[in-house]
Amino acid sequence: MGVGTFFTSKLDEAIGWARKFSIFQYPFVTACCGMEYMATACSHYDVDRFGAGLPRFSPRQADVLFVVGTISHKMAPVLKRIYDQMCEPKWVVAFGVCTCTGGFYNNYATVQGIDTIIPVDVYIPGCPPRPESVIDGLMKLQDKIAAGAQRY
Amino acid sequence: MDGSAILARLHVRLGAQVLETHEHHGDHTAVVAREGIVDALTFCRDDADLRFDMLMDLTAVDYLKFPGREDGPRFDVVYHLYSVAHNHRVRLKVRVEQDAPFVPTATGLWPIANWFEREVWDMFGIRFEGHPDLRRLLMYEEFVGHPLRKDYPIERRQPLIGPNV
Repeated sequence: MGVGTFFTSKLDEAIGWARKFSIFQYPFVTACCGMEYMATACSHYDVDRFGAGLPRFSPRQADVLFVVGTISHKMAPVLKRIYDQMCEPKWVVAFGVCTCTGGFYNNYATVQGIDTIIPVDVYIPGCPPRPESVIDGLMKLQDKIAAGAQRY
Repeated sequence: MDGSAILARLHVRLGAQVLETHEHHGDHTAVVAREGIVDALTFCRDDADLRFDMLMDLTAVDYLKFPGREDGPRFDVVYHLYSVAHNHRVRLKVRVEQDAPFVPTATGLWPIANWFEREVWDMFGIRFEGHPDLRRLLMYEEFVGHPLRKDYPIERRQPLIGPNV
């Protein structure tokens, strides 16, 4: 085993470690889950402990796309465009059951899970999810980021 | 003005155009013929004793397979009027057949009717004759069908729209 190989793998780990604590999120908030997202993001539950305290309201500056709330068919092209505008590496979190599966909106207007449009890394079910579930999902995402797992 | 007095006044002014009236829990309704609906709405808005200056809502109901109305006209278009000046209300209805789903527009009377009528067109497929811009309001242009019709399949999914979706 060459020295270079050893060095490269350690560098990956170092980058992964750094990345998992600098999660700049883009909150794509469309519905009531947004309130729960705000509750989680604020000081009581404090996602800043996980390095995810600073939302960026430009997709070009964000690492993680938080899709928070029901996505209608009319909104689907907008979500897809936002995802396409994000620089790589990028991750997607489906926040709430509507984004995971469509939830109880089994009807003509609602996208039945955002994974029909864009790839999703972490699903956080719940209607809305408790802050504890969100933090659990965030930590799972951190593990994924640290391991360098990402779908391009 | 008392609700039954409003209905009586409509009867006097519109005569046979008022097909029937009823009262339910204090809400008064007049069913008006399609040909007379613009006259009725204009009268409701402009008459000094009625002064219905506000179109609260304009919507529709699909009575497909509704018990007791299987053979009757399929749709009702419903107008909810309110008078700020007199603090009274009335409801007007127009029966619409499935084979001829159109009603004259009310956009000339209340500008808000523009969007209400676009919504009814979008959801029920009832056209409003004379509407200046009868496009879908809630669904996207490529959507096929009218989802609040009772025979729209609840499980039907339409292809996602937009660039590369």
